[in-house]
Amino acid sequence: MAQSSFWGYRRENNRVGVRNHVIILPLDDLSNAACEAVANNIQGCMALPHHYGRLQFGEDLELHFRTLIGTGSNPNVAAVVVIGIEPVWTKRIVDGIAATGKPVEGFAIEQNGDINTIAAASRKAKEYVQWASEKTREECGLGELWVSTKCGESDTTSGLASNPTVGNFIDKVDVQGATTCFGETSELTGAELECAKRGVTPEIGKKFLATWQAYMDEVIEPFKTSDLSDSQPTKGNIEGGLTTIEEKAFGNFEKIGKKTNFVDVLQPAEAPSSGPGLYFMDTSSAAAECVTLQAAAGFVVHLFPTGQGNIIGNPIEPVIKLTANPRTVRTMGEHVDVDVSGILRREMNMDEAGDALLDMTIRTCNGRLTAAEALGHREFVMTKLYRSA
Amino acid sequence: MTAPDFLVHETKDTVGVIVVEGIEAGQELTGWLMETDETLSITALDPIPLGHKVALGDIANGDTIIKYSHDIGKAIADIGKGHHAHVHNVKTKRW
Repeated sequence: MAQSSFWGYRRENNRVGVRNHVIILPLDDLSNAACEAVANNIQGCMALPHHYGRLQFGEDLELHFRTLIGTGSNPNVAAVVVIGIEPVWTKRIVDGIAATGKPVEGFAIEQNGDINTIAAASRKAKEYVQWASEKTREECGLGELWVSTKCGESDTTSGLASNPTVGNFIDKVDVQGATTCFGETSELTGAELECAKRGVTPEIGKKFLATWQAYMDEVIEPFKTSDLSDSQPTKGNIEGGLTTIEEKAFGNFEKIGKKTNFVDVLQPAEAPSSGPGLYFMDTSSAAAECVTLQAAAGFVVHLFPTGQGNIIGNPIEPVIKLTANPRTVRTMGEHVDVDVSGILRREMNMDEAGDALLDMTIRTCNGRLTAAEALGHREFVMTKLYRSA
Repeated sequence: MTAPDFLVHETKDTVGVIVVEGIEAGQELTGWLMETDETLSITALDPIPLGHKVALGDIANGDTIIKYSHDIGKAIADIGKGHHAHVHNVKTKRW
């Protein structure tokens, strides 16, 4: 088996990150321009523009706050500058992130204008990047690693090889005390009863089924037109040979391994609080939405098996891409971190593939840039539950 | 053994997955049944792309399609052994 430790950044709250980002985080769509200007002014920081944050209310607003606070709180982030159109909600984000103990400061644009705000925020960002640049890594056990997974543009090779490779990884790190997460509520349709059996207790299994059923009742039933076969499976899935949602679900479900049971069910972007182990999170099956929610829950490295070649990345959580499809390896190899197509040729068994993925995960945690990072993929997509007021 | 042309997850499955490119009608295929490590053979009766499914036996209209030992949908046309099984002759039972 591969090595069992990695070099990470220990943060003020004792969580361990594998990246050392300083982020410029907009509260709302109006503040994207100022955040991007700051990131242009100061080297070594990154703006995270997004589309929302105005006139949201209720559960949708809570999810917006939870996602932004969670993103800033992620241990891959060293320090945060928050910019919002007005000071009250800006302060709410700042206070939420400050609970981790990391440096964070907020700036509001109203009564200051973009130019003064950008100047003040740039001075703070410069201070933060210089401070962060002196942080050093320390050796940490796999029990301190939080790993999320979600597959995309899956095909039949995903269920045969790349998803079970992730499953093999999950089984290996679970016994070392890692914290792991899978999601994709809609994409377990067809395998939902099998998935429920993997709850650590019957009550957790029922909690999963209630979450799945709520999605069916509240989203699919009222909004479906004739047949979700137009988008589930996706056109890419169908091109890759997947025919039905049930077939896709059983392939998807291979990602959680053979032995590992999930210890709890999380709300979107909710941080795990039941200790180490595997968690199910209620998420969309759209890649960028799902990974954004998992990063906001505190996961620091992501395993992304693909069949036809989904190219997603995330600004703060490195996304490791693996595929077993030999055509995808040939035609878009620049997106692939781990090639497990040898499984289909019987050149590699699942245990060897799981070890190869573990080795690449540790290298990534130690600092190797993923294909998605090198190619500049920073998809940051907030989940919106309903129309704003 | 040499690299297989198709893979089958489990013994109960009624379809297998083509894992090489360029399969043509009439081609003799070698398969690997992963659950038991057995070697299988079948003649492809359609051109079947990489990742797409081949019927391992005769499947009647309305029959449940089994993969991973589980129900993954139903046939909406007769599918003869060796033929391509996909969205033109298989449909979800869920939506």
